[in-house]
Amino acid sequence: MSEMFSVKKYLRDLKLPFCPGCGAFTVMNAFLRAVHELGYGNLEKFVFCSGIGCSSWIPSPYFLADSIHTLHGRSIPVATGVKLMRPDLNVVVFGGDGDIVGIGLSHFIHAARRNLDVLVIMVNNMVYGMTGGQVAPTTPFKAKTTTTPYGSFEHPLDAVKLAVAAGANYAVRWTTAHPNELKEAIKKALGLKGFRFIEAVSQCPTAFGRRVGFKTAGEMVKWFRENSITLEEAVRLSEEDLKTKIVVGEFVHRQRPTLIETIYAIVKEAQEGG
Amino acid sequence: MRFAKPGVYFWQGSEACAEAALVAGCRFFAGYPITPATDIAEHLAKRLPQVGGIAIQMEDEIASIGAVIGASWAGAKAMTTTSGPGFSLMQEGIGYAFMTETPCVIVDVQRVGPSTGQATKCAQGDVMQSRWGTHGDYSAIVLSPNSVQEMFNLTTRAFNLAEKYRTPVILLSDEVVVHMREKVVVPPVEKLEILNRRKPKPGEKAFFGHEEVPPMPSVGEGFNVAVTGSTHDEFGIRYTADPVVHRRLVERLNGKIQNHVDEIAEVEAYNIENCKIGVVAYGCSSRAVYDAVDEAEARGISVGYVRLKTIWPFPEKVVRGLAETAEKIIVPEMNLRQIFYEVARAVGGEAKVIPINKIGGGELITPEELLNKILEEV
Repeated sequence: MSEMFSVKKYLRDLKLPFCPGCGAFTVMNAFLRAVHELGYGNLEKFVFCSGIGCSSWIPSPYFLADSIHTLHGRSIPVATGVKLMRPDLNVVVFGGDGDIVGIGLSHFIHAARRNLDVLVIMVNNMVYGMTGGQVAPTTPFKAKTTTTPYGSFEHPLDAVKLAVAAGANYAVRWTTAHPNELKEAIKKALGLKGFRFIEAVSQCPTAFGRRVGFKTAGEMVKWFRENSITLEEAVRLSEEDLKTKIVVGEFVHRQRPTLIETIYAIVKEAQEGG
Repeated sequence: MRFAKPGVYFWQGSEACAEAALVAGCRFFAGYPITPATDIAEHLAKRLPQVGGIAIQMEDEIASIGAVIGASWAGAKAMTTTSGPGFSLMQEGIGYAFMTETPCVIVDVQRVGPSTGQATKCAQGDVMQSRWGTHGDYSAIVLSPNSVQEMFNLTTRAFNLAEKYRTPVILLSDEVVVHMREKVVVPPVEKLEILNRRKPKPGEKAFFGHEEVPPMPSVGEGFNVAVTGSTHDEFGIRYTADPVVHRRLVERLNGKIQNHVDEIAEVEAYNIENCKIGVVAYGCSSRAVYDAVDEAEARGISVGYVRLKTIWPFPEKVVRGLAETAEKIIVPEMNLRQIFYEVARAVGGEAKVIPINKIGGGELITPEELLNKILEEV
């Protein structure tokens, strides 16, 4: 890239809302770097949809772009309407784990099943951060949160595996300890069609980290780095050993026909026949 | 065939609604099957692609209204159809559409409630929900057709009002009007008034204020529009700390509808200047009015009526006017008094307001029942 990267080019002149040490900064940076490296001088060709929660603030209203900050959990349906009427635009959904696989879980599965042409970036901080640290569908078993003061008695959900099972064309997981891999995954995903899902495991030092024993955000990122294991390495570990690991890498990359391709073929056929 | 050719048809209410939507410019439909609204969805699933539009069955009603909102911001006229339980699920999305000034049409084909109630039977129980279904202070535009012809006319009007006032509009229909088959006259497209949302000029930035109904850009047009259901300033930037910003926004959103009640609130009125007995009716139960009035007149009783084609905003002035001559006003409804109290409020004691209520089983209020009430009250 000839031009130097600067996030300012893509951002409104507003103060960002994230707590110090929040992983959302890393994800925002990775996304904008990816866009820059792909040669987009601005975000004109993008539409961002997000729901409610800290990571939904990554695009809206901070990106100097079209952004629709929707209701809690409903970013994917809104993105569906946008993409169906404007297939020429890159529709990107940002959300947290509560937004995407908590309240919005059904939309997530169905969008993957339909192979809707959107990129969903889920920032997984394993907790409901904005409301102060309640248990999430991704909270590790036995972790203490404000609504599970004795430790979570539920098993966490693996969103990437779910995306693969539901039919996504592309599904990866990285952490904020892998900013470069995250950026490269975003670049790759933006070049693909169909449902693309990126999970970014991220630290919430304010509402989660300090409760589970991390003194700083840095400690948590370090923990991510030390406990991440690639898909290739993971096959050698037992189910039990994997429970304390974050499996990272590309879980699927395939080319199923996408919703835009199939639905517009029908429109064309109906118009010719009608 | 692109649009229904001008002419006379023998249509179901559902067909009239779907065909009118196409003529009005609807190019996006998202919905979830529910009795008795499904026929409209099925008709649109076939017809929309023929005119280059998209119809999709979503995973639920929440997703349906979400997709409609997204499509509207992508520049399309968009609609969804549902019935009671689905309408309940959509309420959060309807509030979002109101707050973000997203034009869209929601057709609620009423059935018997509460809850799953009687899925295949007709009722008018969603009147208050159509007005106050979502949380917070908001104003609803709700239209009420009583015939298949009016399903056609009011569907196009619903789109026009949505575009003109940049707001969700509810077409509050019912099982009987949607399923019955009647004569419909389709005028030539050029004779129909079709309104489109006002688009911003290059360089404009205030899409949520300054003007009563601000211009609406679409995504992908280079306006960098920030849309949010949170309190926002005129540029769409979330601003939740300041009571003044919230008041200014929400008062304008309500004002743009409440300040135009005379333009929005449409009624059919008959003999309201001289009548002794008045009737205020709407939707399917208003179909009994015509015969009942004729019969009463044949017996020398002067009856006048106001039929609400727009329920909300409530056509208060006309109803109050009716009370200036009528001593008694009868309100037939297929619910346990939903518009009754609104009529009583509007007439402010000037006339005695008498309800006729019938619920369950989809039984309509018959002309005989209404006539008997009129005779009773003379």
